[in-house]
Amino acid sequence: MSLPEPFRLLAYLLGIMAFVGLNAAYLVWVERKGAGRFQRRPGPTEVGYAGLLQPIADAVKLLTKQVIVPPGADATLFRLAPVVVLAPALMCLAIIPFGPHLVAREINVGLLLLFAFGSINVMAIMIGGWASRNKYAIISAARVVSQDVAYEIPMLLVVITMLMVTGTMDLNQIVRQQAGAFWNWNLFKLAANPLMPVTFVIFYICMLAETNRAPFDMAEAESELVAGAFTEYAGMGFGVFFMAEYANIVVGCAVATVLFLGGWQSPIGILPGAFWFLLKLYALVFSVVWVRWTFPRTQFYGLLNLSWKILIPIALFTLILSSVMLKLF
Amino acid sequence: MAVAQGKAPNETFVLNLGPQHPATHGVLRVKLTMDGEYITRAEPVPGYIHRMQEKMGENRTWAQYLPNTSRIDYLSAMAYTHGYVGAVERAAGIQVPPRAEYVRVITSELNRISSHLVWFGAFLLDLGGFTPLLYAFDDREKILDLLEGITGSRLTYSYYRFGGLYNDVDEDFLGGTREFVAQMRPRLGMYRTLVTENIILRKRLEGIGVITPEQCRKYGATGPVIRGSGIAYDVRKVEPYSVYADFEFDIPVFPEGDSMARYLVRMEEMGQSLRIIEQALAKLPDGPVMAEKVPRVLKPPAGDYCYAVEAARGRFAVLVVSDNKEMAYRIKLRTPSFSNLSLFEEVSQGMMLPDALALMGSLDLVIPDIDR
Repeated sequence: MSLPEPFRLLAYLLGIMAFVGLNAAYLVWVERKGAGRFQRRPGPTEVGYAGLLQPIADAVKLLTKQVIVPPGADATLFRLAPVVVLAPALMCLAIIPFGPHLVAREINVGLLLLFAFGSINVMAIMIGGWASRNKYAIISAARVVSQDVAYEIPMLLVVITMLMVTGTMDLNQIVRQQAGAFWNWNLFKLAANPLMPVTFVIFYICMLAETNRAPFDMAEAESELVAGAFTEYAGMGFGVFFMAEYANIVVGCAVATVLFLGGWQSPIGILPGAFWFLLKLYALVFSVVWVRWTFPRTQFYGLLNLSWKILIPIALFTLILSSVMLKLF
Repeated sequence: MAVAQGKAPNETFVLNLGPQHPATHGVLRVKLTMDGEYITRAEPVPGYIHRMQEKMGENRTWAQYLPNTSRIDYLSAMAYTHGYVGAVERAAGIQVPPRAEYVRVITSELNRISSHLVWFGAFLLDLGGFTPLLYAFDDREKILDLLEGITGSRLTYSYYRFGGLYNDVDEDFLGGTREFVAQMRPRLGMYRTLVTENIILRKRLEGIGVITPEQCRKYGATGPVIRGSGIAYDVRKVEPYSVYADFEFDIPVFPEGDSMARYLVRMEEMGQSLRIIEQALAKLPDGPVMAEKVPRVLKPPAGDYCYAVEAARGRFAVLVVSDNKEMAYRIKLRTPSFSNLSLFEEVSQGMMLPDALALMGSLDLVIPDIDR
């Protein structure tokens, strides 16, 4: 990359915004197509070849709709929430290494930044739910807060474990350490921590919960809370929340790829890094879609029990185990 | 579960569940008094789709009222028509030929399976699992096609007539039904492994929404709801109507009383219905499907006549009061959903909102059946 510094950053940020926009639009298509296949029906077929233009039609439809601010709602916060929900996801992607040199900003506290921004998502949904002045929205907002607080803890414990194994917060550095064949990926670094696959599973579950995806979709819970925190949102206000959900999935899966699956490292040494990164990323995204259309929603206290009684103790145990391993070897 | 009972009004809030809410499957309104996510009081407010079904019976002739019966519980239209037709036949003293009775049993049981399949899909939808709905509707589609072939209608059949049937079944129907029974068995097995044994589903249903046999008696609940509470009451066994006495089948009973028990009862019932259909197909006699000499204008002798059937949701009883005229003096419909809904207020007390919705789903309410 030979662009001078401010332009380079600008180009990257534009690229990231386009990436998020495209992903949000086409993950909806993947979701609908995938859901269709799981349910033995074709999914969208009408708009464009295999329904490929459907996301664009949806976006145009949402953009033409009026953004209604319900009377009695806190208009400022109500309008602010969709912005606050999408911006952190964009920020997170700025430090994700898509390839050896394909990263907007290499920051040596990347991991910290990632989770700092990742937590803002909760606040945005809470603001949205609270500002709507709708009982369903407020119930949903309260649920989201307790859910995300509960799942932030095991997730951060897992991240600390990874931090001890890798010894750096620089995401690109973490990826470089996993060079070589797939058994060099952190997922299979059993010498550093024999429970590494378990750690990955915990991270994956926490990621599902953090992004409010089924089976932990307490925020939306359409059969209980109508549309949860987004009940009062219409048009693109709702659309932005929708985009943010997919952007967060992409971020979550990207972090999982970087931390556990070797990021842009190729397992067989051919093809550019970006290809492998995206392949791993979308494999994870697909599994997220798969889970959604397979399982019913968990009960709310079941969800909290899972976090406090199962995930946190196991995450703590793996943390202690890897610190012992680190000390011994 | 810590529940705050008797809290000051300013510590609770009222949440209107419905009349437009995805979980009530229709225009049922439930006024919930909530303490956080816990329900302190749930007051059902039915009546949004009240159509005066009983009153309508008083100002149209016996035959004219027949199509109404398909529209009370639209998901088990066959059984409801059976109840009404049975009551009028009892009043007018009409003997139904055996072939008609067998076909009535076959179609009623097919209808029961299709009703349970809709419930299965919708219940899982309540629990947040979308996919089973489409699988269930795939199976239901086959039943609807079969019934459409003989009745000309897919939902509101009005297939039974006083003294028999609208028309005879053909080979397409009989062959198709045999095929369906053979196809449906493995499908039920698939539902068992894919859905019933799912850990999330079990955690959401087991021990949740326990209904005691005393509560069932108190509110006159019926159908799979009481069979899930350990009461082996099924009209088909207790007071066999039509030709149900000729068949071998079991009444699935689960003593736990929780939502899982009600779920299992319905899943088992589908298998039992298949058994009945198989036997009825094997034994199906030849002969007419309509009694001879059924008067065109019925004037049943004065008196009260009652006929009860086991519909998909429980005991459906029709009481007709005749005063020897062309129209009924009074028609009273005893519908299962209404009494099952009555349970909700007491049982849902102190439950969390999602659990209460799972309970409501397990009661399998059909709103026009409540409001009539």
